[in-house]
Amino acid sequence: MSESTSTIHRRQFLKLSGFTGTGLMIGLSLKTNGESVIEKITHAYLKKQQDLHELTGSGYDLSPFVIIEPTGQITLMNPRPEIGQGVFQSVPSLIAEELEVPLDGVTIQQTGGQKKYGNGQFAGGSASVRTSYIQMRQIGAAAKEMLLMAAAQQWAVPVNECYADNAKIIHQPSGKTLGYGDVAAAAAKLEVPKNPTLKNPKDFKILGKRYPRPDVPLKSTGKAVFGIDVKVPGMVYASIERCPVFGGKLVKYDDSATKKIKGVIGIETCERDINGHHSVGVAVLAENYWAALQGRKALKVTWDYDGNEAFNTTNFTQSLRDAAKEEGAIDHQIGDFDKAFAEAPIKLEAFYETPVVSHSAIEPMNCVCNWYDGNKIEIWASTQVPGRIMDQFTKKYNIQEDNITIHVLFSGGGFGRRLYPDYVEEAIELSKKIGKPVKSLWTREDDTKMGPFRPMTFSAFKGALDNTGKPIAFQHKVIAPTLDGNKTHDKTKSNGTMTEGISEQKYEIPNMKNLFVFHYMPVPLAAWRAVTSTTLAFAHECFLDEMAVAAKQDPLAFRMSMLTKDTDTKTLMQKLKEVSKWDTPLPKGWGRGIAQWEFFAGLAGYVVEVSKKGNGIKIEKAYAVIDLGTVVNPDTVEAQVQGAAVMALSAAIKNGITFNNGQTVQNNFNNNPIVRINEMPPVEVHIIANGGPKIKGVGEPGLPPFAPALCNAIYAATGKRIRKLPFDINNIV
Amino acid sequence: MITLNINSKAYTLDVAPDMPLLWAIRDYVDLTGTKFGCGIAQCGACTVHVNGSPVRSCSFPVAAAVGKNITTIEGLEENTIGQAVQKAWIELQVPQCGYCQSGQIMSATALLKNKPKPTDADIDAAMMGNLCRCGTYQRIRSAIHRASEIMHA
Repeated sequence: MSESTSTIHRRQFLKLSGFTGTGLMIGLSLKTNGESVIEKITHAYLKKQQDLHELTGSGYDLSPFVIIEPTGQITLMNPRPEIGQGVFQSVPSLIAEELEVPLDGVTIQQTGGQKKYGNGQFAGGSASVRTSYIQMRQIGAAAKEMLLMAAAQQWAVPVNECYADNAKIIHQPSGKTLGYGDVAAAAAKLEVPKNPTLKNPKDFKILGKRYPRPDVPLKSTGKAVFGIDVKVPGMVYASIERCPVFGGKLVKYDDSATKKIKGVIGIETCERDINGHHSVGVAVLAENYWAALQGRKALKVTWDYDGNEAFNTTNFTQSLRDAAKEEGAIDHQIGDFDKAFAEAPIKLEAFYETPVVSHSAIEPMNCVCNWYDGNKIEIWASTQVPGRIMDQFTKKYNIQEDNITIHVLFSGGGFGRRLYPDYVEEAIELSKKIGKPVKSLWTREDDTKMGPFRPMTFSAFKGALDNTGKPIAFQHKVIAPTLDGNKTHDKTKSNGTMTEGISEQKYEIPNMKNLFVFHYMPVPLAAWRAVTSTTLAFAHECFLDEMAVAAKQDPLAFRMSMLTKDTDTKTLMQKLKEVSKWDTPLPKGWGRGIAQWEFFAGLAGYVVEVSKKGNGIKIEKAYAVIDLGTVVNPDTVEAQVQGAAVMALSAAIKNGITFNNGQTVQNNFNNNPIVRINEMPPVEVHIIANGGPKIKGVGEPGLPPFAPALCNAIYAATGKRIRKLPFDINNIV
Repeated sequence: MITLNINSKAYTLDVAPDMPLLWAIRDYVDLTGTKFGCGIAQCGACTVHVNGSPVRSCSFPVAAAVGKNITTIEGLEENTIGQAVQKAWIELQVPQCGYCQSGQIMSATALLKNKPKPTDADIDAAMMGNLCRCGTYQRIRSAIHRASEIMHA
């Protein structure tokens, strides 16, 4: 690493962190069983530091999340990458609440995948708050108790005469105060309390409130730094030409024209690994990004498609339909479905289809990497997975954790795409090859065409009713590939990710047999916000509507008839009924539909109202209810649910991704559109948060039930049953 | 050499005349608030003002910007309408990931300059060119109405 680069790192870091001197650090470490415990953490004196590794890696097997300096400056470490879901506020607020500090003056620093920060260094599964709600509060509470004790000792007063408020310790009888910075060094010498007392939720000042997010002013003024914004001295830019056909191989390339482009520095091959798909591309490195792009255009690359060009969506769709004839592996069963269905007086069957879709985060994939001093790596990235990056690349390059520094920047959208560090690996490989810092930046075309994609899933249903219209048998058979890219799958086994949620719904049906049929899809696949629930909920909840129609019952009443036990789902349905005023008549030509979905991330539901408009429909309004148990920031929850509805709408009515000649047909927002502002329906969000120990996810649950509620509303308004996504909202009838 | 006037400051750059203004702003002038999203004027993340009008800088060659006043998100500090928009954005907590928001704010500021009291239809027409994958549209609409109120307060 050059001297100038090192200087910049230090300067950037100090600007970000403000670490300077003596202080208290407290945190948690993870036992081998994954259970978190508050550890004894003392750090009486911190030297001036150059970087985070030196700061936190000085011989302590700890994971410090709270740093208080003598100046009173407080830094909270945030292990959860901010991808738009609000964790830059929600997670540090868990510490701040118990520590009795306002978030405003606090520095929030992202952790960089170091083991001492635990195995929760990722953004995914709507897990950030629900899995750290107690743990992060304990960290704040323990620090507060140590600060209280230190102040009491300094004053020689009983600790129970002191309390903490607004980053100060106050001695109640005398009114004396000490700032946290004044007692941080003394506090650091104390034992860390093993079972700190957590606040009563009624005393919360931050949690449960509509608290402003500290990243919002930065993001409203252009000051927020995303991965794409990072520039380090000596950095060169890379643009990579990859084989347009998935599975194709690089034969040779002619870079004679490329080398003539002003600014082009070099051409290197570059490997990519993404969920079982390995490929080799050709990278053009240049002094600026525009030159790299021009150089890439001038490349003449010869690929061997190796027969993979035969793949196309039309044939694949047919092959999925054919695969649906297979019996499939049992995912879950109760009662005797086959007998009940065979003997039932009223039976129905239906087949549902969904498309491949792209993540299309507006910030294209990018990474800056500097490979220096032979075996050291510094990475700047918008990523959902600093922990995974650390794990994967310490192993791949056989280097120690101390030799990898990961700077986690704000992500311009994640949606599951940034769970996969293929684009990070490309930058690492290129920097390693050329010995300079490299910024690798994908074009929108790369991002759209190269995947990974949300897979398409098909669903075959059988349902049966008795003569009174009571549901007695139900079957959801999923026909799909798996996300891992495996070409083979044990056909006797289901796949929990691909049957996500279908056996978790609370509807009481006495005979059920859900199945999975594996069918390989030869393109890179990935989790997409709310994963397979995004397709399965559509099919599942629309088919239930078909059963309600067959039973000649109101769709909500039909569902309620299957929800006799007290469950969160039943409460949710009752709330949906109430907030949507379900029983009040709608204007002529309108219709309303309902759907709910429960899966690993949580539980939510919608009532959607539509009206006929020409040959199509207009979405008049959507009522959303999300069940959380406990809510940390209702304002963030509202935003997340509204956003999930928009993403669900794009996946339902925009054309999605198709393949022809082994290649992705779409390449940019002109032919792979997403919903625009004029298409956004008003979404009214209601939160069920009755408190208690349970706490559910926020980022994803608002997505799966939107499309089925919409399609059920369209049926109610028009009589047209939509069994295939995407559909043209302007041409329904 | 090409001279650009960005946020009332002159920058002389050694760039190809066909280089899109976006890359001159980001990679040469180091104003990174303006974002790259699509490269074909489809998403609006790169929106800046050229002589006061919103322009997709990813598809606007630097040569065409010579002699004109270019304003980026960083230059809105001098713009009273822009200030009202940013205030409303923060008040209503509009951004999620935030990546598209510089472009949204530049488009909203240009709209309010021309139509200080926009209708929902005006907002649709002016903001259709700015994509938001997080789906902040509902708050963007509310914040534009709120900015209009702030301007008239």
